Amino acid sequence: MSKPKFAMYWAASCGGCEIAVLNTHETILDVDANFDVVFWPVAMDAKYQDVEAMEDKSILLTLWNGGIRTEENEHLAHLLRRKSQILVAFGSCATEGCIPGLANLSSVDDIFATAYHTVSTVNPDNIHPQPVFRVPEGELTIPAMKPVLKTLAQVVDVDYYMPGCPPESHQIAAVINLVIQVLQGKAELPPKGAVIGAGNSTVCDECKRKRDVKHITAFHRIQEVAPLDPELCILEQGVPCNGPATRSGCNARCPSVGAQCIGCYGPAEGVLDYGARLITSFASVIDATEPAEIERILDGIPDPTGQFYRFNLADSLLRASTKAWKK
Amino acid sequence: MSAEEKTPNKKPEKIGVYVCHCGSNIAGMVDVENVAKWAGEELAHKGVVIARDYKFMCSSLGQELIEKDIKEFGLDGVVVAACSPHLHEKTFRTATEKAGLNPYMCELVSIREQVSWVHTDKAAATEKSKAILSGGVHRVLFDEPLQEMKVPINPNTLVVGGGIAGIQAALEIANAGFHVYLVEREPSIGGHMAQFDKTFPTLDCSACILTPRMVEAGTHPNITLLTWSEVESVSGYVGNFNITIRKKARYVNEELCTGCAVCIEKCPKKIIDDVYEAGLGYRKVVYTPFAQAVPKYPVIDRENCTYFQKGTCKACEKFCPTDAIDFEQQDELFNVEVGNIILATGYDLFDARKVTNYGYGRLANVFNSLEFERLSNAAGPTNGNIVLRDGKTTPKTVGIIHCVGSRDRNFNNYCSTICCMQSLKFAHLVKERTGAEVYEFYIDMRTAAKAYDEFYQRVLEEGTLMVRGKVAEVTDAARQPHEEGKLIIQVEDTFAGKQRRIPVDMVILSNGMEPRSDAKETAKKFGISCSADSWFIEKHPKLDPVSTMTEGVMIAGCASGPKDIPTSVAQGAAAAARVLDKILQKEVALEPIRATVDEEKCSGCRICNNLCPFNAISFVDDLAVTRINPALCQGCGTCVAACPAGAISGTGFSNEQILAQIDGLLMVA
Ligand SMILES: Cc1cc2nc3c(=O)[nH]c(=O)nc-3n(C[C@H](O)[C@H](O)[C@H](O)COP(=O)(O)OP(=O)(O)OC[C@H]3O[C@@H](n4cnc5c(N)ncnc54)[C@H](O)[C@@H]3O)c2cc1C
Ligand code: SF4
Ligand code: SF4
Ligand code: SF4
Ligand code: SF4
Ligand code: SF4
Repeated sequence: MSKPKFAMYWAASCGGCEIAVLNTHETILDVDANFDVVFWPVAMDAKYQDVEAMEDKSILLTLWNGGIRTEENEHLAHLLRRKSQILVAFGSCATEGCIPGLANLSSVDDIFATAYHTVSTVNPDNIHPQPVFRVPEGELTIPAMKPVLKTLAQVVDVDYYMPGCPPESHQIAAVINLVIQVLQGKAELPPKGAVIGAGNSTVCDECKRKRDVKHITAFHRIQEVAPLDPELCILEQGVPCNGPATRSGCNARCPSVGAQCIGCYGPAEGVLDYGARLITSFASVIDATEPAEIERILDGIPDPTGQFYRFNLADSLLRASTKAWKK
Repeated sequence: MSAEEKTPNKKPEKIGVYVCHCGSNIAGMVDVENVAKWAGEELAHKGVVIARDYKFMCSSLGQELIEKDIKEFGLDGVVVAACSPHLHEKTFRTATEKAGLNPYMCELVSIREQVSWVHTDKAAATEKSKAILSGGVHRVLFDEPLQEMKVPINPNTLVVGGGIAGIQAALEIANAGFHVYLVEREPSIGGHMAQFDKTFPTLDCSACILTPRMVEAGTHPNITLLTWSEVESVSGYVGNFNITIRKKARYVNEELCTGCAVCIEKCPKKIIDDVYEAGLGYRKVVYTPFAQAVPKYPVIDRENCTYFQKGTCKACEKFCPTDAIDFEQQDELFNVEVGNIILATGYDLFDARKVTNYGYGRLANVFNSLEFERLSNAAGPTNGNIVLRDGKTTPKTVGIIHCVGSRDRNFNNYCSTICCMQSLKFAHLVKERTGAEVYEFYIDMRTAAKAYDEFYQRVLEEGTLMVRGKVAEVTDAARQPHEEGKLIIQVEDTFAGKQRRIPVDMVILSNGMEPRSDAKETAKKFGISCSADSWFIEKHPKLDPVSTMTEGVMIAGCASGPKDIPTSVAQGAAAAARVLDKILQKEVALEPIRATVDEEKCSGCRICNNLCPFNAISFVDDLAVTRINPALCQGCGTCVAACPAGAISGTGFSNEQILAQIDGLLMVA
């Protein structure tokens, strides 16, 4: 009997998710033992034509990481959706846009201008990428940028969501094991649309720090609080920790080593807009009534988008700024 | 309750829609027949089985229509498109309940306040009504049957403010046999009325009618009088408020003091009395504001007391025959539990200095209204002699200026209602006591209450000269010899149609009323609202003038706007009747709109823990989860919004309901 087929693809992402999969150590051998890996650009050579030639629904499991930023991403999303039985939005970029999604605040022109024509880049020939470029041999094309980045589910139907930037390796291993168990008839798949490889509560639930009622009189950046009390809730110490609104699953990795949670596991179950939730909850525990005093405290969060929507902007209710949408 | 335990409710499948004409109130701007017909057709896929329009849905016939349909069609959801839920939500929910359906399966959406009254384009208004109605239908699909909860009512009442309105309210309740805590921030009760000599229109002696009430309030077995006291904080809800009161240190032991006033006599230090004497007279540093003060115990004014400031003196202590002076006394904080609250905190006088062209504070012989009250008071600083600022010269001509700070866009737009009558009272008193020539400068003469216009006629007959026009300026810059040494009133006489300059010896400014300077803070403390001017807002300006939108908190007297004494007294009594009505019901039904924590989802982050204004939230340490006491929760939604984990949801306002309503409004699906 031939083994079920497995694919993994990266779209607008950093590649960390692939590393996290490889970081599952021996489990990766189980993948090889149980699956026929048919398409995985980071690990093996394969051509898009090969995928196109496959029969529809012939791939059992596709892990898709990355947001949809270019026409190529979009094409592949539709293609792999067609070819796969189970499509998993894998990692923060695919589920909620992640860091690349923050570019949804700027127009494509502004992004190119900043990337190619400011001090951020050494560009002596003043190169500016064009979707179509004429050379003597003919026409060269590269995929055009879409006006905004979309999450996978905003483009195609998604079966499961696996959060994390990147997903924790132990969670990946658990999910791989689950699928293998399903193949062996020992377990059942969760209902379609479920979040897998994560918990149902929040990071605070897994965090061991002591906590009390909160009275925030100032927000600090973590490097300004020295030394941070190792036992006490980080938020209570005035460092904006996103743990309260972030889905559990990482074993409170950051708070347990003395850094605030920045929210890479995305919104907790039932949270509609991650940033808005956090903003209301932080605002609720600000201990001041005078508008000027409240302003001063809020000034302690110099980059609100980065604080509240670092991972979730593309999947928030607003998704993008009008600047990005409108020419 | 965890999510799993909840049995999902069956969604309503048969919905009745009722679109009200409200006479022409709605039908004048919205094509109601069209809206009803549209709902019957376009919302049928959402379960609408009957859609009607009717002239007055709130009439008994309208209500019966709903009841009949519930029975006939087996409706399990009702949406009424009519006025604001403030007005008739209860009406339609009661009708729904009468027909055997849970009242919370009825939604009222507003197409009057939110549509017909605010639009001028009938076609657009009709479309908007459809959207709002669609929102209601989408929402009712997620409504759940809810049960009210009954809690007992504490029969004690808190009355804040011991002016005539507060005194009246306290006495009514105490006489009915229930206990009252009467909290007054000044050393004595009485309020503004205690400062007047005579009261219009009958010219009763103010003290003669007020002090018996004060004494009664001070000695009533059912009244705990707490003067020189203020409310620090309020928690709880109708039927069960918990009040923290600060009783400021008097430095006089009330158990020992007999009220003999020897301390006052012996105190060597006098200061100007800006409060009771309106700055015209003096008081000692240990003092009672006036002779008939209730209670009789004096207060030491710490800021001005020589002992407190310099460390020596103690004359009062030396002479007190009962050793009642206690310099070590501290403020006392204590709690009382009450079921209802009446706020009767009164008004402040408009500061006439703000109208710089009238010269108050700069020109010696310009007086404000309270100064004149003290000047004319037999127990006042001049023993009732109406004299100029020098304390001896009797004026020969007096000008009284109306509407100072009132009906003036630069200050307050409203009419202070009492100052026309107060000015006429002043004119009468000046005439009676000095025989001086009196001019009244008015814009409109407002004497519209019982016996008021008769009083106006009387003052006219007494020879007071009336000049209709707004005074431009009061100045001491003489232009002509006969103006030398006088105050000249520059006015456009709108009857004579010319500018006039009228020289007088004394000017009395009839300055009006303003909300208490701390009215906004008081409102916030007690959870009620203020108008833009800062007057407390009544639940309904016509039909419910002494209730507020906060259950169990009533308002009376000038705290809600300018009033005369009879109206303030009537309001005090009305507020008391409201409270007695609540007390006699013995229990109150709490709306089932409440928050619950899904303990599975609660991470114990404790963000919500100190947010509840009703102290309904507690933290279970060993389980590291938060719980909400359903009897205390008022469903305000504060914690629901704050919970970052989305672990708290509010019955009646679940995410599903709100999102469905938005979808409906946007006509999605
Ligand atoms: C110059 C003048 C003359 C007038 N003459 C007449 C007249 O002849 N006839 C007539 O019918 N009307 C007259 N009025 C109107 C009359 O004064 C009011 O109708 C009446 O005094 C209103 O009573 P009240 O109890 O509402 O307010 P107030 O008399 O202002 O009493 C309020 C009380 O509450 C206390 N208080 C305020 N805030 C707090 C707090 N936070 N905590 C505790 N206690 C607090 C105050 O110290 C005060 O004792 C006159 C008004 C003015 C300005
Ligand atoms: S440190 Fe962060 S994750 Fe831990 S309890 Fe505090 S807010 Fe939650
Ligand atoms: S603590 Fe927060 S930022 Fe850190 S890994 Fe976990 S979810 Fe991500
Ligand atoms: S009552 Fe008379 S004096 Fe007072 S504001 Fe109204 S109109 Fe002016
Ligand atoms: S909704 Fe929350 S904050 Fe509001 S009363 Fe209830 S428990 Fe308290
Ligand atoms: S805010 Fe939410 S998660 Fe945090 S303690 Fe309260 S109920 Fe629990």
